This record gives sequence, structure tokens and C-alpha cells, in this order.
Amino acid sequence: MRLRYPDTIRIIRVPCTGKVDLLHILRAFERGADGVYVVGCMEGDCRFDRGNLRARKRVEQAKAILDKVGVGGERVKMFNLSSGEGPRFAEYAVEMTKKITEMGPNPIKEAMGKAA
Amino acid sequence: MIVANKKPIEEIIEMVKGYRKILIAGCNECVTVCEAGGKKEVGVLASSMRMFFMNEGLKTEIDEITLERQCDHEYLEELRNSIDQYEAVVSLACGVGVQFMAEKYFATHVYPGVNTCFMGVTEERGVWSERCQGCGKCILDRTAGICPISRCAKRLLNGPCGGSTKGKCEISKDLDCAWQLIIDRLKELGRLDEYEEIAPIKDWSTERAGGPRKVVREDVRQ
Repeated sequence: MRLRYPDTIRIIRVPCTGKVDLLHILRAFERGADGVYVVGCMEGDCRFDRGNLRARKRVEQAKAILDKVGVGGERVKMFNLSSGEGPRFAEYAVEMTKKITEMGPNPIKEAMGKAA
Repeated sequence: MIVANKKPIEEIIEMVKGYRKILIAGCNECVTVCEAGGKKEVGVLASSMRMFFMNEGLKTEIDEITLERQCDHEYLEELRNSIDQYEAVVSLACGVGVQFMAEKYFATHVYPGVNTCFMGVTEERGVWSERCQGCGKCILDRTAGICPISRCAKRLLNGPCGGSTKGKCEISKDLDCAWQLIIDRLKELGRLDEYEEIAPIKDWSTERAGGPRKVVREDVRQ
């Protein structure tokens, strides 16, 4: 399809979004990621039954924690699409990049820069 | 198992925000099973706290460890050589573990990371409920294996009170009447005649009301 999407995104492949742990999301922010989004299959279409539903819960947990520690829960989001929806994948990438660009960089990076 | 619930992160941060080197200590037993204080929760809390402190511009070192148990000398001893380097420890063990840690390492600031709730079962993932109050004199033989001390709001010993309606307790429509459960099970077991036997007055001195308790077994003591 040769679709274009922002090159700021680093894709981490997992066998199923059910593999994505809360700690994976948190550590990404701890190490300076400005945003994280999880792209899973459509709800109800999980090959492993509940993988994407588990991921959604973990994304919600991450949101709550990021709000509490001052990083901002809005920086993490869950998306769903089917494997045939390439254009939608690109749309989500653009949407998330736009949102994170508006929010600015991860505040931790800035704070640590000042502290150093 | 001993069931505990996570303390809100902000509450834990408030306790330890004055320290610059903190150890978060989990426990591999009950609190791991009820997903409140195991290795995973230690990792999540440590990561969250690191982010909080970084965001505040406070250089704070946060280490993680998960002990096999915090209620036994042999496992807590594993911290003996490293504990002095920490200004504070957040223990994610139940209240027993937190206290044993504080007793053992007298000069170390120890803070609780969970709210210890009760002895209970996992009904389903994410749902735990109470089954035992540790009254010190088990009567499950007479109550068809269902404990009226822990499961009846009034801890009644001789049948339900007037608040039992359609099998539910008057304090909550979601709570089963323990005595209804007992009667149903006695009936199922063909032992309903046992229900007619009047239970004697219970000796509550073995319960918490009799003061802090201790079990000493000379047969195994060394």
C-alpha cells in the first residue's frame, strides 16, 4: 500500500496485545518515551480470546498511574483494528503523533535535564 | 491466604517522599497471589515512584527485591547485608511482613505498601472474599464446612437471625446469609438433624478479644 505514517514511531511487535504488560508501558515512559499506544485486534476478534481486552485493562491502569505521577495519562492509548486495515493503522499513527506533539515532550525528560 | 489490597500510589509517595534511597520489598506468598505485593507489583510501584521523583527533579534511587516470605527469619535475613544502605523500605508484604521487617531491622524506616484485609479465597480473578477470622477454636465440623464466625455479620452460632431474607443477609443484598448456606449444605449432606443441636457458648478467649495470641509447640520447638 506504500502508506505514509510519522517516522517518530517505534514499532514493537508482540505476538498478541495480551503480551503487553503494564510494566512495559511504564518503563517506556520512565526511559523517556513521549507517548505509547497499543494497537490490538478488534474486540471480540482476539485469536487468544481475551488478549486485547487484557491489554485494554493494562492501558487503563497505566493511564491512572501516569496521571498520579504527573506524566499524564493522555499519553497512553489503546486502538483496535483488524489486520487488513493498513490505512487505519497509518491514521492512528498520525492521530497519536499529532496528540503527543500538542502535549509536548515527556515532562520527566525536562525535569531530569534541569536536575542534572 | 492473607488478602491485601494495594495502597494508592500517592499515599505511598507521601510516606517516603523525604527519602533519597528506597527499597521496595515484595513478598512471594499471599500478596503475590492476590496481586497486591508480588514481584510484578514491586516493579510497577518502583517504576511509578521513579517517574514521580524524576518529574519532581529529585534524584532518588529506588531498588526492588521480592523475598520468598517476609514472615520468616530465613528469608528476611537475605536483607541483612544490604538493608543499611537504604534510608527507607516500603514493604508490600501483609502487615505481618511489615512488622517482622521492622522488628528485625530496628534502625530502618519501614513503611507499609498494602492494606492487609483478611484471610480469604480467590472467588475469581480480581475478587477475594473472607473465609476465616482465626478465632482459635474451629467449629467447621458442626457447620457443614461453612464458617458463621467469618461469614455471618453477627457471628451467630445457632441459626440465622431475622435479617435473613431469601438467602441474603440484611446488611447487603450481595452477601449470602451464612446460616442459609449452612442449612442448605447440611440438607444436601443429609445431616440436617445436626442443626437442631444447640451450640454451647463459644470460648472467645482464643479469639483476638483475648489479646494478642501466640502458638507455642514444644513438640517441634528447638
